[in-house]
Parts: sequence; structure tokens; C-alpha cells
Amino acid sequence: MKSDRGDIELAGVCKSFDGVTNVVDGVNLRIDDGAYCCFIGPSGCGKTTILRMIAGHEDPTAGEIVIGGQNVVGLAPVQRRTAMMFQSYALFPHLTVRENIAFALRVRGQSKADRLRAADAMIEKVRLTQFADRLPAQLSGGQQQRVALARAAITEPRVLLLDEPLSALDEQLRVQMRQELRRMQQELGITFIHVTHTQLEAIALADLVVVMEQGKIKQAGAARDVYAHPHDRYVAEFMGGQNVLSGRVEKVNGASFTLAAPSGIEVPLQARPTINVGDQVDIAVRRDDVALVRPGRDLPPGYTTSLPGRVLAIEYQGYFVKVMLDTVPDDEFVAYVPEKTFFADPFTVGDVVMATWATGSALPLA
Amino acid sequence: MSAVLADMPKTETSKMGAPASTKAIAPSKGSRPWTFYVLATLFAAYVIALYGPMFCIYILSFQDIRGGLVFPMKGQSLHWFVDLFTQVRTGDVKGSFDRSIKLAVIVTIITVVVSFLAGLGFRKRFRGDTVVFYMMIGSLVAPGLVLGLGTGLLFQALGLNASWYTSALGAQLSWTLPFGVLVMFAVMSRFNHVWEEAAYDLGASRWQSIWLVMIPVLAPGLVAVALFGFTLSYDEFARSLQTAGSLNTLPLEIWSMTLNVTSPSLYALGTVTTVVSFVVIGASLGTIVLIQKKRGSQAKG
Repeated sequence: MKSDRGDIELAGVCKSFDGVTNVVDGVNLRIDDGAYCCFIGPSGCGKTTILRMIAGHEDPTAGEIVIGGQNVVGLAPVQRRTAMMFQSYALFPHLTVRENIAFALRVRGQSKADRLRAADAMIEKVRLTQFADRLPAQLSGGQQQRVALARAAITEPRVLLLDEPLSALDEQLRVQMRQELRRMQQELGITFIHVTHTQLEAIALADLVVVMEQGKIKQAGAARDVYAHPHDRYVAEFMGGQNVLSGRVEKVNGASFTLAAPSGIEVPLQARPTINVGDQVDIAVRRDDVALVRPGRDLPPGYTTSLPGRVLAIEYQGYFVKVMLDTVPDDEFVAYVPEKTFFADPFTVGDVVMATWATGSALPLA
Repeated sequence: MSAVLADMPKTETSKMGAPASTKAIAPSKGSRPWTFYVLATLFAAYVIALYGPMFCIYILSFQDIRGGLVFPMKGQSLHWFVDLFTQVRTGDVKGSFDRSIKLAVIVTIITVVVSFLAGLGFRKRFRGDTVVFYMMIGSLVAPGLVLGLGTGLLFQALGLNASWYTSALGAQLSWTLPFGVLVMFAVMSRFNHVWEEAAYDLGASRWQSIWLVMIPVLAPGLVAVALFGFTLSYDEFARSLQTAGSLNTLPLEIWSMTLNVTSPSLYALGTVTTVVSFVVIGASLGTIVLIQKKRGSQAKG
């Protein structure tokens, strides 16, 4: 083996199944060795296709896939030293847990004693010793997932590829297995690439979150970057937790600019190089940064914007209350109010309130 | 006899009726709706129509030496079974039975192998796949007698001697292969192709993924294809009639016996061949059960 490093570089990777439309359209990305990377996007955005190309189950139409400094396009999965965990786990139904896990060693011609010993060690690692002689059909979803993980890990891959690994599990188990995946990744010390369409899963697990839309990467970065500082309207809306507003720039002064519609919103100028009066601009405000004030009351210091709205619905969520407003026509506007704040002076559906936020927390989008 | 038969469906249907009545939402309080009795009667009539004629044959084969070809029964003995295998005038039962079994085994092997390969070939769509498929299935539609006649003529035209292991084999395969392929397609449709992908991902070669994953997973289905091949060949008549040559297969022998044998030994032959069929079917089903049981016990381990 040339290298044990599991760093991955995608350079101009394209994939087209029909020769007309690109399912994956010129993707460039660097994933560090030992990173936990999550691809996230709606179904059909090309995330699974990227995963399958890295795994060697699909060849890119154009571009290079480099793992550990070696271009792997055209190589079989074993030569790439990648392993894949399939969406429904694809455990062999006629083989026991032990035989499933030992399968990769069996096809390599390892002796029966050797491979069963190796399999047993792996079984212990995923805590399935008492189930070693069962068939996949006799296991729960979580146990099946562990078998799939062990079966993939026994090949000592430098990259493990997981295709929606948690989608077959119920809600509670999903959170539990999520932690187990992270634990295994740290234990194995290899690169994990995980495809999901669940935002919470991605930001809970990943060192690197890659948001995709229609075959293109919209934003790639640390979970907190992507969640708190979305580049554009798509990422903001897809990752959630943000209110996106749109308006024309009314005036620009050194440190901030003001949107005309819906009504004077002051937004701090950030890295964005040029903003001119008259531009149509999207901004994002985090839902938990929005405070609700009754009309006529003073705004807290540092809060310059206030938008009137009527309460459409209220959902109690435990530690916060989700208040939906009709502030922006035809679009959602939501405030996450801390439970204690809300119940100190509770609103009811139909109340008119002013939505306000600290000027510094508004974020201009590209 | 009819009393025995009438009892059977009743116990059968009452077993089936039990869970349905517990599920029913209507407040029937244990008593069954009148439709149950109508359907049960219908089912009983159906079973009698299905098995009644065969049981007439089986029962009449156990008469004693005075036995005739019609009811009523005259005595009880195994006389006609002995007669079947000892009297020359009844025909070459043993020889034709031998040939039929050998032919059925050859047909079975070819059917299983070709059907499996066809199943592999049709995993992915390819240009003209529907045409190829309908060409395979087409010979099912052709009348067997005509197809057999054609095969016989073709062999004659080519100057080949028709015999059970050449022309009859070919004619029978034109019947068993399409069936085998159809069954195989049904079996393959339940095979998850991600398993193959997983095997490839784990480093298995194409051969290894066929040997270690596909064949074991599909084993019960392959036994079913074999069973089809065997039974279709074993009692094939129309296609063999003009193609078997000078030596008869068993169905042909029975047919010729109906023309000149007028004793219950004909019925005895019917009973014997039925028993053979049931033994083969039982063995096949037993194999399937055994495969599944083996997996189950391994699992309990």
C-alpha cells in the first residue's frame, strides 16, 4: 500500500448518467485525514453519487478522486482501501453475524481459523459477542448497523463511506447510534464520509459539513460555520434555524446598510465587498436571536430594527417556545423564545407583536 | 371415501376461519356469518372436483383378481401391482419408467443451469431484452403436439433417428426452459442487488459473489426450478409423442396401455407413478425446509 493516509481530494468531479445532465457537477473538495465529513442535501442532489464514486461503485464522467495522494479513479474498492456501509446495511441474509464480518477475509483466502479469530475480535469491538451466531434477520436495526460497521471495518480501510446509515432506525435509536458512529470513528482513527438528509445529524457529528444542491457544493465548512454563517439563502433555509428576509438597499454608511423593505432594517456590513443603494439583498437572522416586544414598549439597547407582525401559531418545545409570525408575507418568520421569557408575559395567537434583534446579529447573504 | 374427503376441507377451512373471526369487527360473538358456510361448501366442492377423480383411480387399483375397470370395488389386494411388474402383456413399464426418470434428471439439470444463467443475464436491462424474453417464452404458447411433430419432422429431414435422449429431450426443454426462466425471474426479483455490490465492496471477485452470495441466497428458488423441470418432464406427453422414437417414456407407455390393457393394473400404474411424483416433490420441499432449518439452527447455535 502506498499510503495509509485517508485524506481525500475531489477535483472537478462530474457525473452524468445520461450524458445530458450532470448529477454531480464540478465538485471540488478537500477532506482531511481522519475527519468526519457529512454530505447533506435534499434527495437527488448528488450526495450519494459522490459517495459511490469515492467508494468505487461508480466512475466519474470527469475529474479526479485522490485518496492519500493517489488517484483512485478506475480502481476497485479494495485497492482504494475504502469500505462502504450501505443504506439498508446489505448484510448477507444466509450468513451469521460472524460469517458476515469474516466475509472480506474469506474472499481474500485467509484460513478459517484466522478469519474467525479476527472476526471475533471485531465483534467484541462492536459489542455483539452474544449475537455472533445469529442471522441478520434475527437482529434489531441497531445491532444490524453494528454488524455492517464491523463488516466494513475489518478490511482496515482508510476511508469508511456511510450511505444514510441512520435512516432505517427509529428516532431514539438514531441519536444513540449517532454517538456510536462518532465513537467508532475516533477509535478507528480513519476518515468517515457520511451522507444524510438530516440537518441535526450532520451538525451533531461532522467536522466538515458539505451542503449540496443539484450536484454542486453550496457551502463546506465546520458545522458551526455552516449553521451560524450560511453563505446564501439556500444554505440558510436548508440548515434551518434562520429567518431569511429580502429587501432593497436604501442607504449605505461606513459600517452598515439599511434595507428598505419590509421596513428599515439596519444590517452591519461584513466582508461583502460592494453593496450599492438599490441592490436586492437577502439577510438572515437566527430564530433564537429574535426577541418579541409588545407594541409601544421600548426596544432593548442595541436593537434598532423592529418589524410588526401578528402571531400565527405557538408551539411549546420544552426549553423554548416556537412563535410563528406573519411578519414577512408568503414566508416563514419564526422566533424561538426561551421558555421562561415567554411565560413571563405569554402571547396568544392573533396578538400583534414587534419582532426585534440586536443589529449586529443580522447577517447579509450572498 | 366421499365422507373422508368432505371432512378434510372442513377442518382446513375452520383453521383458516379462526383468525379471521377474531379479527372481525362486527359483533358476531363467536357465531360465524352465513357467508362462511357458503364459502366452505364451495371450497369442499372444489377439493372434491380436484382430487375425486384421482382417488377413484387409486382406490380401484387395490381390488383383487376379480376387479374390473369401474365401481363397485371387488375385494381388496395388491394383485394388480404384482401383475403390473410381472405380466409382459401390460407393456414395458420398467423400461419406460427408467427412461422417464433419466430423461427427467437430464432435463432438470439443463433447466436449472440455463434458467440460473438467464436470471443472471437479465439482472440488468439490455438492448432487445424484451425481444429475447418473448422469444424464450413463445414456445410455451405453441401447441405441444405441433411442436413435437415439428421436432420429429426436423429430425427426419436431417436424417437423424428420433430417440428419447435427443429429440424428446429437445422437445421437452422447449417446455421446461421457459417455465424455469419464469420461475427464476420471480426468484431473482427478491434478490437484493445491493448484496452483490456489498460483496464487491468487500473484495469478492465476480465468481466469489456468485458462489458465496448469490447461489446460497437463491438456493431454495433453485430447488423450486429443479422441481418444476422434473415434474414437467416426468409427465410430459404431447411433445414426446412424436419425438421419443421407438422406445416409450412412461406417459407414452401408459397411454398405449389404455388402448390395449383392460385390467386394473392400469390403475395400479397410476398409483405407482403418483407415489413417485409425490416422493420427488416431498424430497424437494424437504430440501428447501432443510436449508432454512440449517440456517435457523446455525443461528440459534
